[in-house]
Amino acid sequence: MTPDATSGSTSTFDFDTVVVNGVSRAYGRRRALHGVSFGASRGDIIGVLGPNGAGKSTLLGIVSTLLRPTSGTVAYGTSGPADPAAVRSRLGVLGHDLFLYPELTARENLTFFAALYGCAHVAARVDDALARAGLASRADDAAVGFSRGMRQRLALERALIHDPRLVLLDEPFTGLDEASASALLARLRALRADGRIVVLATHDLDLADGLLDKALFLRDGRLLEEVARPERVRAAYKDVLGR
Amino acid sequence: MSTQGFGATVLRIVRKDLTVEVRSREVAYTTLFFAVSCLLVFAFALVREGRAPEGAGEGILWATLTFAGTLALGRTFERERQSETLRALLLAPVPRAAVYVGKLVGIVGLLLAVEVVLVPLVTLFFGAPLLKRPLWLAGILVTGTIGFAAVGTLFAAMLVRARSRDVLLPVLLYPVVVPVLIAGVRGTSALVDPVFDVAIARFWLALLFAFDAVFVTLALWTFEPVMSD
Repeated sequence: MTPDATSGSTSTFDFDTVVVNGVSRAYGRRRALHGVSFGASRGDIIGVLGPNGAGKSTLLGIVSTLLRPTSGTVAYGTSGPADPAAVRSRLGVLGHDLFLYPELTARENLTFFAALYGCAHVAARVDDALARAGLASRADDAAVGFSRGMRQRLALERALIHDPRLVLLDEPFTGLDEASASALLARLRALRADGRIVVLATHDLDLADGLLDKALFLRDGRLLEEVARPERVRAAYKDVLGR
Repeated sequence: MSTQGFGATVLRIVRKDLTVEVRSREVAYTTLFFAVSCLLVFAFALVREGRAPEGAGEGILWATLTFAGTLALGRTFERERQSETLRALLLAPVPRAAVYVGKLVGIVGLLLAVEVVLVPLVTLFFGAPLLKRPLWLAGILVTGTIGFAAVGTLFAAMLVRARSRDVLLPVLLYPVVVPVLIAGVRGTSALVDPVFDVAIARFWLALLFAFDAVFVTLALWTFEPVMSD
């Protein structure tokens, strides 16, 4: 664990690695994950790929601390079990649903979450986030009036408002037009350059070409294969899942 | 150790809920409309030639509050479910008990506002002199509302992802809050008796205080584990 002076949050907890070790999760008698293991370090972008029901969202839920694994562990850094609230202060999560209050304006949504995460200089941070999302001119409009793409961009900035070390993205390309998707890809590369750890679950395989440092292929809750730096993600997907 | 303070988190959640409610007015209007409709139904059914059965007003007040409160609890958490914002709150590095208290304060505030409208209407429709001892009445209503909402907020949050949450909430909630309803009705009855017995009123108020203390403590203790999965 090392303190991070660039963090937006007031928490001093930080980590360089995330290690998922033999994680399983059962819902009643149905097993959604079977002994999944992988590791990630600063600057890694990990793709979690697989058909519907493969266990991608369950895996992200466990790494995000929202779900408890039935067995196995997730280690954030190397110093042993950490306080869950401290871990959460370094996590940014963009879910399949967008975690936004439709009645609040874009600025109010970002301000609320920045304050919850104890960010310093909230107003300036929110202005920067609005500019990055291309929503500076709509900052005081309620989110309910935004298109899906605009809400997706706002939700991404909400997830990143506190400069998290670990960024978990569930279908981040949903609803984005070509320009917004390109902007998101550029943002993900910037996060990698900045030493963030990104784990993303996506069905937009072509967009992930050349982006991933590691692709995890899941089916029926099992990790079929881990492929390092796949250049053609769709081809790798067909190859692994077609066996 | 959580990175954000308890009180500051509660205030932020209350302020956010208030802003959302001021913009949408959804929960306040539906709860108030439902409560007044309930009262009217009871009035049409029970009031004959301008006279209501003796002691009906107190029972109807608490029954109406229970039904309207259940609606408010369901709608409040439905709002947090629609964009999964409850998950966003649970992901924040704040004490989860503060999230519970923030939601509880909002629901108590809403129900107290509804009571401000309901009490004069019950007095009018059922001829119950509820405002004879306003401070005592306020004490019983506030403690009763906190007790009802303390259990209801916990259950509504637990059920937020259950498919039949609208059915399950009253099924789980009503048996647990029976002591609140009994103490509320009997305490309110004591206030409108022609001969006011302070000891009886104090007994029911104390019972409500005890219920609040036990269930708020239990909810603060259990909210974190029950919301972790």
